[in-house]
Amino acid sequence: MDLRFSAEDDAFRATVRAWLDAQLGGEFRHLRGKGGPGHEHEHVEGRLAWERALGAAGWVGLGWPKAAGGRGLPLLHQVIFHEEYARAHGPGRIGHIGENLLAPTIAAMGTEAQQRRFLPAIARGEELWCQGYSEPGAGSDLAGVQTRAELRAGHWHLTGQKIWTSHAAISDWCFVVCRTDPRSARHAGLSYLLVPMRQPGITVRPIRQLTGTAEFCEVFFDGARCPEDHVVGAPGDGWRVAMATLTFERGASTLGQQIGFAAELEAILAAARANGADRDAGLRRRLADAWIGLQVMRWNALRMLAHGARGELPREALMSKLYWATWHRALGELAMDVLGPDAEIGAEIGAEIDPEAAAGGGGAYSLTPLQETFLFSRADTIYAGSNEIQKNIIATRALGLPRGT
Amino acid sequence: MRFAFSDEQDELRRAVRRAVEARGGARAAREVVDAGGDHDAALWRTLAHDLGLAGLIAPEAHGGAGLGWVEVVAVQQELGAALAATPWFATVALAGAALRVAADDAQAAALWPALARGARTATLAPGAGVAARATPRGVTLAGVARHVVDGHTAGLLIIEAHDDAGEPALFAVDGDAPGVRRRRLPTMDRTRALAEVTLDEVEVPARARLARAGRAGRAAIDHALALARIALAAEQLGAAQRCLDLSVDYAKVRHQFGRPIGSFQAIQHACAELFVLVESARSAVYFAGWSADHAPDTLADVSAATAAYCGDASYRCAADTIQLHGGIGFTWEHDAHLYFKRARASRALLGAPDAHRDAIAARLGLGADHVAREGAT
Ligand SMILES: Cc1cc2nc3c(=O)[nH]c(=O)nc-3n(C[C@H](O)[C@H](O)[C@H](O)COP(=O)(O)OP(=O)(O)OC[C@H]3O[C@@H](n4cnc5c(N)ncnc54)[C@H](O)[C@@H]3O)c2cc1C
Repeated sequence: MDLRFSAEDDAFRATVRAWLDAQLGGEFRHLRGKGGPGHEHEHVEGRLAWERALGAAGWVGLGWPKAAGGRGLPLLHQVIFHEEYARAHGPGRIGHIGENLLAPTIAAMGTEAQQRRFLPAIARGEELWCQGYSEPGAGSDLAGVQTRAELRAGHWHLTGQKIWTSHAAISDWCFVVCRTDPRSARHAGLSYLLVPMRQPGITVRPIRQLTGTAEFCEVFFDGARCPEDHVVGAPGDGWRVAMATLTFERGASTLGQQIGFAAELEAILAAARANGADRDAGLRRRLADAWIGLQVMRWNALRMLAHGARGELPREALMSKLYWATWHRALGELAMDVLGPDAEIGAEIGAEIDPEAAAGGGGAYSLTPLQETFLFSRADTIYAGSNEIQKNIIATRALGLPRGT
Repeated sequence: MRFAFSDEQDELRRAVRRAVEARGGARAAREVVDAGGDHDAALWRTLAHDLGLAGLIAPEAHGGAGLGWVEVVAVQQELGAALAATPWFATVALAGAALRVAADDAQAAALWPALARGARTATLAPGAGVAARATPRGVTLAGVARHVVDGHTAGLLIIEAHDDAGEPALFAVDGDAPGVRRRRLPTMDRTRALAEVTLDEVEVPARARLARAGRAGRAAIDHALALARIALAAEQLGAAQRCLDLSVDYAKVRHQFGRPIGSFQAIQHACAELFVLVESARSAVYFAGWSADHAPDTLADVSAATAAYCGDASYRCAADTIQLHGGIGFTWEHDAHLYFKRARASRALLGAPDAHRDAIAARLGLGADHVAREGAT
């Protein structure tokens, strides 16, 4: 047992910290803390510039293999970067889906030509991606996908509808899971296509969320096209590719997020001290319990990381998503209980509130950061595999219980 | 970074597991329960004499192996999995923690060798029930300590006592000293004996007060308790893991409605939740064991967090194990109740989960003025 960071780890951390502090204390100061969950509409132009700055400095694609144009850094260093990013209040990462979901998938399963075509643009922070999995009839049960693509004259032609597609309105590309064998059912006959978003056959319609903002969208495909070679893996092998992406989505990129959670918890503790909610023994215990839960989350993450350095994440890693989503949702509820009647009161428009936020929020529905935590965390236990689906996965894969019939 | 036992530590863990399994695992604890006995003497002989574990943390100069809390955690995990009823926990994890933290060199030299050889057992009696009064010849101890683990059998009692000013200290008292009366209490969990120890004007020499330079008093007692709680949490982890294993194994073989009950989602989700608790408890216990040896500054918080988490987790695992077994889980014959009762007892042993949460809340600066106000009245 040795839980110390090495001198090399510490040196890497210092480099990351110095760069972030310089940027977020200088040119990008106005972006600090902007654009997080529930605030995706804030400073979109500025955050696109920020993505390019990150890319130019080599902070995108830390974990991708060197052969694919990444830096091939170990998991631990990727997490150190995420931790420092959160500590520095880095703005919400518009490029997250491309960098952490699509790119590792292409690096692992894409052709060399695809790697050359797509990875550098992601690494430079120039092309944004969205994830076209869910459909009205296929959510948890992704194998029910009905969007179709047909190969004609060197192009795939897509027809169908995706829904809940995050960032679709600002994305350049979408990785789409769709049915390419019309006689197929369920997991067979699916393909994983790389589709340009800015073309006549695609209509994007934002959907307003319960936070008042519109981060996710409906995406309609009606004669949209992509070239024949924009398929990752073989045609018909899309299920396997889609599952690989999900592993990345639930994996390394979330292990460093406790630092951001710690800042939220700190704000709630401060609120409780300030308004006297901490005189309530029940709330005191819940606050302490949230603190304990966060420590345990960090210890879990360190354990997975230390193991991950030896290759694959262990089976215990299957609990990460369920753990953090459940903890974070409870934190949001605790925040509201700490605030008491003030929990209802939103941010004053025109005060320190960003005018863009009010506009993007579709009128005057303006939330305080703790209200954001409370409302947005309802989604944590739904996307990237709901809590129920996570428990199914743990039961069958980690514990070997028989699948239901 | 290595967040796992070293090869040597894992070999230690496996050796304890083999010893425990050779005694039939929880069956040995059940025999102790049914016979109304105190300990599994055969297992204790193996641990103390064959494996030399009584001296696991004793300094090498005093006949021990000089190892640390990661090793304690490795041993306790396996003892907990089988609910082993031995003097090891009280002797090494409770009294041993106190000696490690608070005994000066002369006291260590006087007290450790017999313990390390397994020739004498010991325990720790924390709490505010005993008063210490200075006399010309030494100190007189008077009062009652309740819920003392193995208090009626331990050869050496390490007793917390408070002087007139309320200052606490630890005293090493012979279990057979004149004026010491002790009796086993009739507990719900019979796999671990609790006793009431009455000190009727017990006179001890001044050097009975554990007095390692600069480490006496409240800070030393708190440090010892932080270590003891980690050891207890490791035991809870081992027991919780065993409960999950029992439940999952049963869910695979028990059929109802023409299929294994483990294929029902309600059962699957219950097991998945226990899995999260067990694996998180493991992260906490390993981290805490390492902190005990390498990160003293954060130990108080880490220990309290681990104790709160594992106290809740092990109770929940044991309780759900009864539920997941149906009627058979409610029988005396099945082991589920042994785990359930141990989990319940352990939750109250070195502070309840809520008490640990209160301690953390105080350190987070919550309710400071409230606590001060109450203290003033
Ligand atoms: C904020 C947000 C962002 C999102 N972003 C994207 C995105 O970018 N791209 C994308 O493709 N999708 C995205 N999604 C969609 C998300 O992946 C789906 O919402 C999710 O998979 C659940 O699908 P569903 O909404 O159809 O709910 P359903 O699958 O209909 O689930 C409804 C309820 O039934 C439960 N349930 C379903 N199946 C089972 C089962 N087998 N066992 C037990 N319970 C079950 C669920 O847990 C849930 O409680 C996003 C969702 C949210 C909330």
